[in-house]
Amino acid sequence: MTRKTLMMTAAALAVSATSAMAEGEVVGFSQIGSESGWRAAETTLTRQQAEERGIELQFSDAQQRQENQIAAIRSFIAQGVDAILLAPVVATGWDSVLQEAQEAEIPVVLLDRQVDSADDLYLTAVGSDLVHEGEVAGQWLVDEVAGEECRVVELQGTTGSSPAIDRKTGFENAIEGHDNIEIVRSQTGDFTRAQGKEVMESFLQAESGGQEICALYAHNDDMAVGAIQAVKEAGLKPGEDILIVSIDAVPDIFQAMAAGEANATVELTPNMAGPAFDALAAYWADGTTPEKFIQTESKLFTQADDPQGEYDRRKGLGY
Amino acid sequence: MTLLTRIAPQLIALAALIALVSVFFPGFLAVEFSGGRLVGPVIDVLKRSAPVALLSVGMTLVIATRGIDLSVGAIMAICGASAALAISSGLGLAPALLIALAAGALAGLWNGVLVAVVGIQPFVATLILMTMGRGVAQLITEGRILTFTDAGFGWLGSGVLLGMPVPTWIWVVTAAAVALVVRRTALGLLIEAVGVNRRASALAGVNATVLLIAVYVASGLCAALAGIVETADIRGADANNAGLWLELDAILAVVIGGNSLLGGRFSIIASILGALIIQTIGTGILLAGFPSEYNLVIKAGLVLIILILQSPRIAAEWSLWRDSHRVEPRQRSRI
Repeated sequence: MTRKTLMMTAAALAVSATSAMAEGEVVGFSQIGSESGWRAAETTLTRQQAEERGIELQFSDAQQRQENQIAAIRSFIAQGVDAILLAPVVATGWDSVLQEAQEAEIPVVLLDRQVDSADDLYLTAVGSDLVHEGEVAGQWLVDEVAGEECRVVELQGTTGSSPAIDRKTGFENAIEGHDNIEIVRSQTGDFTRAQGKEVMESFLQAESGGQEICALYAHNDDMAVGAIQAVKEAGLKPGEDILIVSIDAVPDIFQAMAAGEANATVELTPNMAGPAFDALAAYWADGTTPEKFIQTESKLFTQADDPQGEYDRRKGLGY
Repeated sequence: MTLLTRIAPQLIALAALIALVSVFFPGFLAVEFSGGRLVGPVIDVLKRSAPVALLSVGMTLVIATRGIDLSVGAIMAICGASAALAISSGLGLAPALLIALAAGALAGLWNGVLVAVVGIQPFVATLILMTMGRGVAQLITEGRILTFTDAGFGWLGSGVLLGMPVPTWIWVVTAAAVALVVRRTALGLLIEAVGVNRRASALAGVNATVLLIAVYVASGLCAALAGIVETADIRGADANNAGLWLELDAILAVVIGGNSLLGGRFSIIASILGALIIQTIGTGILLAGFPSEYNLVIKAGLVLIILILQSPRIAAEWSLWRDSHRVEPRQRSRI
């Protein structure tokens, strides 16, 4: 290799390194807390993504309190970080602190939840479309039963919460026009395993011991895992006698899928930071302003997608 | 007052409730025997009421001393988490259960010392563990749902013994044992004495401090059992949600059982009936198939009706009204 090409390669490498990633940038991350396994996984993945990209991550756990988040953001501004990631605990009350960040010319990226502030106060928001998640789950069931009669029972999330409302809407959108599929019972299981099991037991009692139930749609995997136990205890085979489809893609549901006891789950990816860092890299490089909402993929996993492998990949993430 | 007249209001409320649920779900009382076990909505009620029934046993004793234990839900989470951690690290069933019970007793001891020795009001003293305990449980599980596969532990939550669910046996045996101990000995009387007037009973020679600590330890142990049952049932320790708000259901069960929050006389059987009433409402709502937005409103409405009908003033008014409408009024004792 000539000296000239060597230099050119080195120069090209240098250029690609700077354009792909602003090495050594400092990003502050104000996380809500660690109230669920999913959130713990989100924190783990955000740290991993930052490390892979050579970004220094300043992490702050707000323990479910907005005032802690506001204090953390103010301290990030005072430190003069290059960007701020914010997973807001509530939707309101962010105007003034976002204004301060804007005056300091620090871009703010919202992770997985939205705020009510004007959208010029933050760079972009990364999140999942909850309605779309429900649609993916519903579409799977439509394809799976292929026109046959199917009586569905639904385990809703916490009554009135936006994931419960949106995931219900999405599923209903997907099965609309397919008269063979009918939601016969729908109750809240409060997103918990224990409630999911208890409510499923009552569904089984109410529908002749479960003989008349063709499928269960649960708004999250935890409730599905509880419901699977209820189905087993009623002497039926979950995954065969009653199809199980749910949302979130936590490790335990992959274990159930590997055992043939669950059929499908829609991933709510905890990797919100990856797309956020990509958008920030483009912004730092040449000021590219991303779309105001970056939608993460709602990927469908079935028993055919190596559930055991997925379980092994996920179990270390802190779920 | 015989036992039957004491628990008559609760029995009547339960019967009326079962009749009401049967209107909306006709098969409510149907029980069949299949696969070596009894199956039916009533059996579900007897099984699902286990956590609240267990908690209400301990809570009855605490409330009889004029105290309250707000921490039982958090203790459930701690005990469930420690049992799940022990079993998943291969310690075996008996050590795991011992660890969970020890954790419950320790938590109860903490409450008891704060109340009886340090002299903090029970509401505040147990509030400390209520807020702190869930954090402790999360530290144990590292914030995730600790899933285990041990069949023996799972049996405690979803197994069957002589046709009945194991959790049912656990609460029946616990309630019967505690009721026997407090009623066949002077213990119950002493607890009531401390509840009515701690100072007077101390002067009369009752060791009120030890007795107070003991009831909180008993409450902690009951919470440990409830935590074990709930954790075993879902085969996982869910530190965020195990026993969440169940302290309030347990207090409600005691109140529906006609026990005064001001301490004194108590009936464990009546509290158990209170727990069954609460669970019948819960299961009934699920079976009736109302939209979930109505769950809490229906529950609140029914509880309100039951408590109004049990209120001493209403009872007094009712007997007055009945007497004045009799052709031949008889001499009656008026509450």
